[in-house]
Amino acid sequence: MKSLAELQAIREKMLNQVNLRKDREDGIRVVVGMATCGIAAGARPVLNAFMSEIEKKNLANVTVTQTGCIGMCRLEPIVEVYMPGEEKVTYVKMTEDKVARIVTEHIINQKPVNEFTIGAAE
Amino acid sequence: MKELSLHILDIVQNSIKAGAKNIEIIINESTADNLMTIEINDNGSGMSKEFLKKVKDPFVTTRTTRKMGMGISLFEAAAVQCGGGLDIESELGVGTKVKASFELMSIDRAPLGDMAETMMTIISGSPEPEYLYRHTKDGKVFELDTVQLKEILGDVPLDMPEVLSWITGYIKEGLAELNI
Repeated sequence: MKSLAELQAIREKMLNQVNLRKDREDGIRVVVGMATCGIAAGARPVLNAFMSEIEKKNLANVTVTQTGCIGMCRLEPIVEVYMPGEEKVTYVKMTEDKVARIVTEHIINQKPVNEFTIGAAE
Repeated sequence: MKELSLHILDIVQNSIKAGAKNIEIIINESTADNLMTIEINDNGSGMSKEFLKKVKDPFVTTRTTRKMGMGISLFEAAAVQCGGGLDIESELGVGTKVKASFELMSIDRAPLGDMAETMMTIISGSPEPEYLYRHTKDGKVFELDTVQLKEILGDVPLDMPEVLSWITGYIKEGLAELNI
């Protein structure tokens, strides 16, 4: 059973490493569109899949953030990946199933998954 | 949208964009009255009387990417299709209250869906405001208050992955106790 005491224990464990993940220069950003269009198309499970995959693989230099409508609602859910020094990569029509491959191939091995990108869809 | 929890996620984004410091999500389920209500209250910037009058119109929005905003209209449609409705009260500089009601047992009522994922998504996207989520079902209450969580956490931010996982689990287990 999850309890507030358990949260206290998390605090003690985290206190030493709080600054690890925040605003690192070499940080990778995953940005998920979360406006009405994104949410209706299934962005919430996609966002949560990214968060759990990144936590599972313990990738401390990756942050998952949210943004509003990117302006291409018919291609939602849309996810943008920003790697330092690289152009952003835009993934469209995202599903939970695509997340593990993007994390492994793009975020860890630095090779974008071309078939899921906006270039392949258009 | 397939779940009411997705509408909640969407409507709360309006509160966040309105600069709210406190956001309440109050869900009430009463089997005896065959009624479910969802309230989202905030102390954000509020709306003018003129904007409030037309806010349910899908061709009205504050965003700039295009001249349409479906969030409120879709939430209202979800309520109306199962014998409920949607009310909005708002005052400039004070805040906004959105209240939707649903016939609980109606076959046309969308399922509530995953409230744990919705709350986790809201908090991870915007950890600054304080959120109170109170869910009552037939007299039994589950509550999550970020003021209380932040007191326990001290300097540890709410949007750390370990904390967010705890929040998701805490809500899932809390709602399971209420048979939700």
